[in-house]
Amino acid sequence: MARVVVVTSGKGGVGKTTTTAAIGAALAQGGQKVVVVDFDVGLRNLDLIMGAERRVVFDLVNVVQGDAKLAQALVRDKRIETLSLLPASQTRDKDALSAEGVSRVIEELKEKFDWVICDSPAGIEKGAQLAMLHADTAVVVTNPEVSSVRDSDRIIGLLDSKTIRATKGEKVEKHLLITRYDLGRATRGEMLKTEDVIEILSIPLLGIIPESEEVLRASNLGSPVTLSNPDSAPARAYFDAVRRLKGETVAMSVPGEKKGLFGRLFGRRVA
Amino acid sequence: MKSLLAFFNRRSSAPVARERLQILLAHERTLTGKTDLVAILKEEILAVIAKHIAVESDKVQVKLDRQDSISTLEIDIQMPSQGPRPAAAR
Repeated sequence: MARVVVVTSGKGGVGKTTTTAAIGAALAQGGQKVVVVDFDVGLRNLDLIMGAERRVVFDLVNVVQGDAKLAQALVRDKRIETLSLLPASQTRDKDALSAEGVSRVIEELKEKFDWVICDSPAGIEKGAQLAMLHADTAVVVTNPEVSSVRDSDRIIGLLDSKTIRATKGEKVEKHLLITRYDLGRATRGEMLKTEDVIEILSIPLLGIIPESEEVLRASNLGSPVTLSNPDSAPARAYFDAVRRLKGETVAMSVPGEKKGLFGRLFGRRVA
Repeated sequence: MKSLLAFFNRRSSAPVARERLQILLAHERTLTGKTDLVAILKEEILAVIAKHIAVESDKVQVKLDRQDSISTLEIDIQMPSQGPRPAAAR
């Protein structure tokens, strides 16, 4: 049975698209059939992060409106055979999506894939609500920072009221993913600690992704970080998060960068 | 000494963030789906007063303070003096 996951946050710029690409790729690297769906109509970026921007022909809006078949719009990843992308439209506005149309597309995707990962737009409006509508599971991406935590709280409220599961009286499984975490700053009391964020939002923790230059490098290259550098700290954190998403029990830790002698000597200087 | 104290105080801003969030979210969670009771009270109280006295908007001060367990709404209205000088008020 396919699982529909929404990657959401309320606030923009916290790492939803990075997370969608990394989680999607990590699942597919483990042999699962995965599609990542960009719901950010008008401001698509998942194609760019996945390195598929030059191969987009049709998009989610075309499929929802019946102008293209799903198979025509899906972009197969060149590196991982079992990974596909359904891009968002760059030219249309968010009203181009209808709840009925989205439902039809999600149903069709669930037949073809094991995992349907929906990358939500920022905000709490229609686009974000359509992205979460069919979710069985939600990954709430949060930075250890006040505005991000507040917005995540709003999104958690929406997950409990606006999803199909919620209207049926069922629960959406919610997971907290803390991104851009700096262990040193948190230890020094300069940044909210993981425990603070968990306590405030009171949803279980899926993982802690450390702040890392590897994330920008991955986006520069158009490759999910789990592919561009699987041994890097953020990649290992995403692999762990994916194992937890699949139901495995993995001890929680904040992976650190593995630094060579050169890195150890000069790595700190730059920051 | 003073700068040393400032140095240590500067460091732990996270507990402040944590406390601010806890207070804010405790409040915001009560009003999801509902309208803000304090805001309704403010509007209705002002409407009742306006029914009886012509209150100028710059003579009204509304202060709202939301705390962990209680919120206070303070409405300070300067009423034009009543009595035998209705023209003088203008």
